[in-house]
Amino acid sequence: MKILVPLKRVSDPDNANKVKVTGGKLDASGLEWKPNPFDEYAVEAALRLTENGTNTKARVGEVVVVTFGPKEAETTLRAALATGADKAIRIDALDDALDGDVVARALKALVDKEKPDLVLLGKQAVDGDSNQVGQLLAEYLGWPQATFAASIKSNADKALIVSREVDGGALNLKLTLPAVVSVDLRIVAPKSVTSIHTPATHTYPDGVRFAALMAIMAAKKKPMTEVKLADLVTDAATKIKYTGFELPPSRKAGIKVKTVAELVEKLKNEAKAL
Amino acid sequence: MPDFFSLSRHLTEEERQIQKTVRSFVDARVLPVIADHFEAGTFPTELIPEIASLGLLGCNLQGYGCAGLSEAGYGVAMQELERGDSGIRSFASVQGSLVMYPIHAFGSEEQKNKYLPEMAKGKLVGCFGLTEPDAGSNPNGMLTVAKEDGDGYVLNGTKRWITNGNLAHVALVWAKLHNKDGEVRGFLVPTDTKGFEARPIHKKMSLRASVTSELIMEDVRVKKDALLPGVRGMKGPLSCLTSARFGIAWGVIGAATACYDSALDYAKHRVQFGGKPIASHQLVQAKFAEMLTQITTMQLMATEVTRLKNEKQLRPQHVSMIKRNNVRDALGIARVCRDILGGNGITLEYPIMRHLMNLETVYTYEGTHDVHTLILGQDATGISAFE
Ligand SMILES: Cc1cc2nc3c(=O)[nH]c(=O)nc-3n(C[C@H](O)[C@H](O)[C@H](O)COP(=O)(O)OP(=O)(O)OC[C@H]3O[C@@H](n4cnc5c(N)ncnc54)[C@H](O)[C@@H]3O)c2cc1C
Repeated sequence: MKILVPLKRVSDPDNANKVKVTGGKLDASGLEWKPNPFDEYAVEAALRLTENGTNTKARVGEVVVVTFGPKEAETTLRAALATGADKAIRIDALDDALDGDVVARALKALVDKEKPDLVLLGKQAVDGDSNQVGQLLAEYLGWPQATFAASIKSNADKALIVSREVDGGALNLKLTLPAVVSVDLRIVAPKSVTSIHTPATHTYPDGVRFAALMAIMAAKKKPMTEVKLADLVTDAATKIKYTGFELPPSRKAGIKVKTVAELVEKLKNEAKAL
Repeated sequence: MPDFFSLSRHLTEEERQIQKTVRSFVDARVLPVIADHFEAGTFPTELIPEIASLGLLGCNLQGYGCAGLSEAGYGVAMQELERGDSGIRSFASVQGSLVMYPIHAFGSEEQKNKYLPEMAKGKLVGCFGLTEPDAGSNPNGMLTVAKEDGDGYVLNGTKRWITNGNLAHVALVWAKLHNKDGEVRGFLVPTDTKGFEARPIHKKMSLRASVTSELIMEDVRVKKDALLPGVRGMKGPLSCLTSARFGIAWGVIGAATACYDSALDYAKHRVQFGGKPIASHQLVQAKFAEMLTQITTMQLMATEVTRLKNEKQLRPQHVSMIKRNNVRDALGIARVCRDILGGNGITLEYPIMRHLMNLETVYTYEGTHDVHTLILGQDATGISAFE
C-alpha cells in the first residue's frame, strides 16, 4: 500500500508566549517549530500499515510525506524520514499564502501524480485548528473519507475498517480504497492499527515511535524533492482572508476571597457565572 | 533548558534531531519510572532494549552496528540521558565508552565482530573493572594479576565499585602481567567463567538506579584471545576514561539543567510573604543569575572541547578541566536548587535531590575532583604533586 501523509510544522505550543503581533500581522520570527502532533500520529499509523511490526526495518509498502513551506520546513520532513517514511516532498510556499482550500487543491494535484492508495492526515493542525483539509481533499478527489479515526483495520490493503469515537460508542465505517482518512490521538494506542502484515499478537509501544539515531543520520540520504505550488495549482487564491491578529488579553491577577458567602456573591455578581 | 548564548546554533540539524529524540525518549520512558527505581535501588533493565534500538550504546563508534554519531551528537545524547538520571547515563557510558570503545580501538577483528554488534543491540552487557579496594585514584597500584599459563591466562584479584558488574555478560578487566614488569593489559572475561563472581554493593545513597558491584576473581582461566591486543600499559584504561569523561562533561549539563528548570518553575509559583512568588525576591534571583552563568560556562566548555576533539587537538588535560568544572558546578547547582524547593526539595517527587545524590558519585568517579585538580596543577606548573 502506498500512503501519502501531509505534514505541517506548527509553532511549539510550549513557547506560545513568544508569539508576537506587529502591525496587525503575526510575527513568526524566533519561534520554535515542531510537527503538528496529529500529523505525527498519522505518520505513525501510516508506518504501522506498511510494515511488519515485528521487523520494522523491512518495509512492505511506501509512505510519502509532504509539507508546504519554506526550505527550513524540510527539517520536519527529515524527522519523519528518520522515523521510517520512505520519501519526502516539499511544496515551496509561505504560510501566509495558504489556506485549507489551496492546500487541499494542491494535494489533489499531487495525489493525481503520486497515485497513493490512501491519504492519511491529522484531524487538524494545532495552530489554526481549522479541521478542513482532509474533508476538502476527499471531496475534490471524489474519494470516500473517514475523519477522526481512533483505529484502522486494513483488509488485505483493499479496504479499511475505520473506527471513530462518537458519543456513547464507536462508529465503524468501511471504506474501499483509495480513500482519505484523518486521525485522532487514539490511533497511536498499542493495538489501534492492524493489517495482514503484522501478526495479531504484536503490541506496539504506546505513542509515536522514536527515530533511531542511526536513522536520523541516514535520513538525509532519503529522497527529498521540491515542487512549486504553481506547478500544482493554477489558481493560488485563498478563500480565507486574514483581516487582523491580536493577542489574547493578558489575564488579570486573581483575588483571594475570605468566606464562602463572598465567593458566591462574586460568582453571581462579578463573574456572572451563577 | 537554558541556552543563553544560543549555542545550539552550532549543532547540525541531525544533532538537534538526536537531542530532541533522546529527550522525548527520556520524557516518555525514563522520567515516569526513575524515582521508583531510585527508591528501590534498582536499575531499569526493562529500558535496555529500547535504549539499544535507539542506537544509544556505543553511539559514537563507526561500523559494527553502531550509530556513528558525531562528537557533538554523542555529547547531546549523553546530556539528554543524564537529564533523566546519572545512573542511566552511566549505563550507556560504561557500555559505550569503557567497554565498546576499547574493543573498537584496541581489539582484534574477531573480538570486534564477536562483541560490538551484540553490545550495540544491548544483548550483551559489559562492565569495566579498573578500580580495586586498595587502588582507586591510583589505579596503577592495582593488585590484580594475570599469569600466562599454557594456551591462556589465569587471573586473580578483586575489583570494586564496578558499574553494571552484576548485569554484565563480559567484564573488561585490567590486570598486571606476572613477570613482565607488571605491564597493565586488558582482558575480556565472560562473567560466567569459573572462578569469577560479581557481588552487588548495597546501601548506596547515590547512583541508586544503577548496579554497582565487586568482582572477585579466583583462578579465572581465559584463553589467549581474551587479551586486548592493541594496547599496553596504563594508556589502555586511561584512554577509555578520556572518552567517557567527555560524555560525562556533557552529561552533567543535563543533570544541572533538570535541577535548574525544576527550581525555576517552582520559584515562579511558590508564594511566600506579600503574595509574591519567591522568584521575585533578589536573593532568589541572585541564585538563578549565578546558576545560569555556570550552566552557560559548562555549555561553552562542552562546545569548545567538542571542537578540539573534532580537530584532533584534544588533550586529556582539556578533558580533566571540563570534567572537574562541569561536575563541580552541576553539584553546586543541584544543592542551590534543592534549597529553593525548601522541604519539597528533599523528596523524590522532584528530580533535584536524586540528581544531587547522584552527582556525589560523578564527582568521585572517572577521576575525583581533586585528582583532576592535580592533573591541571601539573599541567600549569610542570611539577607532579601526586606523591
Ligand atoms: C557508584 C560508583 C561507580 C563506579 N564505577 C566504576 C566502574 O565502573 N569501574 C571502575 O573501575 N571504577 C568505578 N568506580 C570507582 C571510582 O572511579 C573510584 O571510586 C575513584 O577513582 C576514587 O577512588 P577511591 O574511591 O578509592 O578513592 P580514593 O582514591 O581513596 O580517594 C579518596 C580521597 O582522596 C583524595 N586523593 C587521592 N589521592 C590524592 C592525592 N595524591 N592528593 C590529594 N588527594 C588525593 C581523592 O581526591 C578523594 O577525595 C565507581 C565508583 C562509584 C562510587
